[in-house]
Amino acid sequence: MNSDYINLALADDDEDDRLFFTEAFEELKVKSKVSLFKDGIELMDYLDDSNNAIPNLLFLDLNMPKKSGLECLKEIKASQRFKDMAIAIYSTSASEEDIENTFVIGANVYIKKPNDFEKLKKVLSEVVTTNWQYHTSGLNKENFLLRL
Amino acid sequence: MKLLLKFDFTKVCNAVLEQRLEAHQLKYQQTAFGEIELLDKVSEEKLDLFYNDINDFGIDVVKDPKKIVIQKIKDVIVDMVFNEKDINVKTSVYLAEQLNENYSYLSNLFSEVTYTSIENFIILQKIEYTKILLTKEELSLTEIAFKLNYSSVAHLSRQFKNTTGITPSAFQRIIAKRKQIN
Repeated sequence: MNSDYINLALADDDEDDRLFFTEAFEELKVKSKVSLFKDGIELMDYLDDSNNAIPNLLFLDLNMPKKSGLECLKEIKASQRFKDMAIAIYSTSASEEDIENTFVIGANVYIKKPNDFEKLKKVLSEVVTTNWQYHTSGLNKENFLLRL
Repeated sequence: MKLLLKFDFTKVCNAVLEQRLEAHQLKYQQTAFGEIELLDKVSEEKLDLFYNDINDFGIDVVKDPKKIVIQKIKDVIVDMVFNEKDINVKTSVYLAEQLNENYSYLSNLFSEVTYTSIENFIILQKIEYTKILLTKEELSLTEIAFKLNYSSVAHLSRQFKNTTGITPSAFQRIIAKRKQIN
């Protein structure tokens, strides 16, 4: 991975959420490149194209039209190509069942979307810095579980 | 057949390094963990070949002086936590001694480069070690708290929850369920 910036992707059908997300990242001190996708099909088309760089960290909304976040998560985990990509679920739901289920399938992070912008910045910063540690300090990614 | 493996990280790393150095016929002396001195003069091309080769094994040669210090700090901390070093001075004093620098310098540099503080990094490493002990060695949280010098199980349990957002038992349950699926 390039150590100068972090390569991020977000799949979310809500335009406002995508906007907040990119704005939050612009204000963080970690340098990042963000790719945005409106639904699961768009995301998987991008990921499956081997010309595109695999993101270091993918943020995945659970409820999306066409292909849900859960379906994407299962497809991604079934492929060896994405074993180094960390996956953060980024959802309005915070049911204990959803959380545990997505962790078991292989998500690394579960974020309940915060309502205010400052909180969002704080949460995203924590995800990115923790992910950074896993990338740069040789920690075992199988043990990377974080709930915010 | 499924095998569950446990690694001695220091040994694995040193064995790989030794094997690669010998394959490239480089004479060396190990000066510390993650630090070697090459005893003969080696040409740039030979060095580049060696760097490329060890890169495939996940080993990188650090060149930026700031990053060298950061890497040393990390190595000291990882060694301290994972090898359960019995240190009777404060960690700040220990780190300053090991790196021969004053602690506030180390601490500022660390925060500047790694986006986290030394204190947080130590906690993160302890929690990572706890995760390994919970899932691979199947130790109880009480045993782990004692091993890692926590004042109480509650303290470790709270720090685990604060760091990961989930409780140690939920963590154990999730990892066990993942194994069942695979």
